[in-house]
Amino acid sequence: MRIALFATCLVDTLFPDVGKATVRLLSRLGHTVEFPERQTCCGQMHINTGYQREAMPLIRNYVETFAPYDAIVAPSGSCAGAVRHQHGMVARRAGDEDLARRAETVAAHTYELSELLVDVLGVEDVGAEYPHRVTYHPTCHSLRILRVGDRPLRLLRKVRGIDLVELSDGEVCCGFGGTFALKNADVSTAMLSDKMSNVVQTRAEVCTAGDSSCLMHIGGGLSRLRSGVRTVHLAEILASTGTPA
Amino acid sequence: MTTFLGMPTSPPGVGMLRGKDTFPIAARDALSNTQLRRNIGAATRTIRAKRAAVVGEVPDWEQLRDAGRAIKAATMQDLDEQLERLEAAVIARGGMVHWAGDANEANRIVTDLVRATGSDEVVKVKSMATQEIGLNEALQAAGISAYETDLAELIVQLAEDRPSHILVPAIHFNRAEIREIFLREMRGVDPGLSDNPARLAAAARTYLRRKFLTAKVAVSGANFAVAETGTLAVVESEGNGRMCLTLPDTLVTVMGIEKVIPTWRDLEVFLQLLPRSSTGERMNPYTSMWTGVTPGDGPQSFHLVLLDNGRTAVLADEVGRETLHCIRCSACLNVCPVYERTGGHAYGSVYPGPIGAILSPQLTGVNENPASASLPYASSLCGACYDVCPVKIDIPSILVHLRARHVEEARSEHVLPSAEAVAMAAASWVMSDAGRFERAQRGSRVGRLLSRKGRIGRLPPPLAGWTTARDAPAPPAQTFREWWRSEPR
Repeated sequence: MRIALFATCLVDTLFPDVGKATVRLLSRLGHTVEFPERQTCCGQMHINTGYQREAMPLIRNYVETFAPYDAIVAPSGSCAGAVRHQHGMVARRAGDEDLARRAETVAAHTYELSELLVDVLGVEDVGAEYPHRVTYHPTCHSLRILRVGDRPLRLLRKVRGIDLVELSDGEVCCGFGGTFALKNADVSTAMLSDKMSNVVQTRAEVCTAGDSSCLMHIGGGLSRLRSGVRTVHLAEILASTGTPA
Repeated sequence: MTTFLGMPTSPPGVGMLRGKDTFPIAARDALSNTQLRRNIGAATRTIRAKRAAVVGEVPDWEQLRDAGRAIKAATMQDLDEQLERLEAAVIARGGMVHWAGDANEANRIVTDLVRATGSDEVVKVKSMATQEIGLNEALQAAGISAYETDLAELIVQLAEDRPSHILVPAIHFNRAEIREIFLREMRGVDPGLSDNPARLAAAARTYLRRKFLTAKVAVSGANFAVAETGTLAVVESEGNGRMCLTLPDTLVTVMGIEKVIPTWRDLEVFLQLLPRSSTGERMNPYTSMWTGVTPGDGPQSFHLVLLDNGRTAVLADEVGRETLHCIRCSACLNVCPVYERTGGHAYGSVYPGPIGAILSPQLTGVNENPASASLPYASSLCGACYDVCPVKIDIPSILVHLRARHVEEARSEHVLPSAEAVAMAAASWVMSDAGRFERAQRGSRVGRLLSRKGRIGRLPPPLAGWTTARDAPAPPAQTFREWWRSEPR
């Protein structure tokens, strides 16, 4: 299958390894991955901070970039969620019904990584090997906007050598929330401190999730505390074949 | 983007809808109160578990939620007609109906009604509407003492504090603190009082019983009002509400206009949704319903005050209007990771938590004051509130909508855009074109100069808030798109 990768602005700029892992994983499964270079950002930061007008050119750019593809994958529940649940709504409220309809068509073919693997490609065992103790944080938008359910866990359970441990209060928000982390930095930090405490209690060496943004937040806290736990994106675990890259 | 400037909002200077400080500032105080955080954390955890258990045992819970939402949505479509039906039905059964445009008018109406009875004290049933309008303070200014009879409201009143939860207003106190409040403020209390919950409840019962037996006037709110029959309903746990609703001669009920439901049968849906969502009980211990006046039984004079206080302005907003579907169960507070850590006072309004973050600023006007304007941002948009709402209010989407209203209204009010608005416009310009975006990516690489071992310990403003508690990743030597281009394929 020919799959377009929507790397997301965050992965493209700060976490290129997550994008590379997604490409490696899908190629290993026999699919052709394309990276349309005119892509930028889904516009979620603008929309969720109240700047819907400023999000419009980003929505238009997303729609025009990805309209030719049958399947678009994002290594982010949050960005895929913004595409699926916000693009059409924002365009419609701005009075651009044509863009709203086109956005909804593209959105219907936009998937978060675990959705693409399990629902579209019909695979749970991706042939990965990852001999580490890992705990999984289900991010809010993959859980409550996309409803990915246990798809990421089904994928992780099939990884060879993995020691997967449950995270207490996993479904509670880590406190990132986009610009919330800056506007309400104290509350965000209080939420983070409880999340970190639950992560540390698992005695895992790796905390994984399907969103680099939440992982940047959790990982930034774990690193500041020198906790000895690192954050690794789900795509990187699924792309891993046990041999150090 | 439409702005709604035509409908009157709740007037400033009265009631309890506006905070002194913005949410981030007020939250900072709450977050540093370690006792408060433990108290609220423990209490919300307990209620969450109880709710999840009793909701889980209802096979048609999702259909009930849909029904609740549908009834409320239909009612809002012809709210004016439903209210007139209610008025006619209440009058037909011997009650009186008063229309209050805002908090000041409602306070004046209730004060005059109490004065007309010649009484200088009232007993109160737990009520959000009367807290919202600051009725106790208005009565006090008129020389009338109002006694809260709900145990938790009594605790808050004795402590001269403010409620911090819709359902459990004293959730921020533990029993040791409640014992201290009783010993300090409750006249005639046993000095040997322990912090055993049953002993505390018994002390309150003794104290309140005297009030119930002497009060001539009661003031209540209402959970529901049935337009078809003119019936008012109050749902409670303690029975103190029923004391107030049955013993005094005069009963004054202050009710937000959104509480009306069309028919008696509609109660079937809400009386299942409410207790399970709020206290985590299959059924609440006391459901009191009354219709007008019954000669020789209960209050012989009944007044219903219908309160707008900004609700029509909420109704005028096509997206925000479903906020009025709220049945005040507090399930959204109990699951909210923000509320759990800050408690209710940080929201500055009698309506805290996720529902408060959308209701309070709509009642006051989003940009009317900085505290109200900060509330739609008091959420990480995690979506937990939407999942538990018994009438499926899409709180996250309304938060996002109110943020847009805030930005758009600010845009139309100010000559100079804020620093944030400038940054957002710049980011939009950069990110709407891949070439510009790539140049910005290259520019961000300067951040590598700040880093040690791939992490940055301190960022400059406006990103400084990030690095007070977290490291930031250093920009990589190569972006993803540079790698993509460099790969042979």
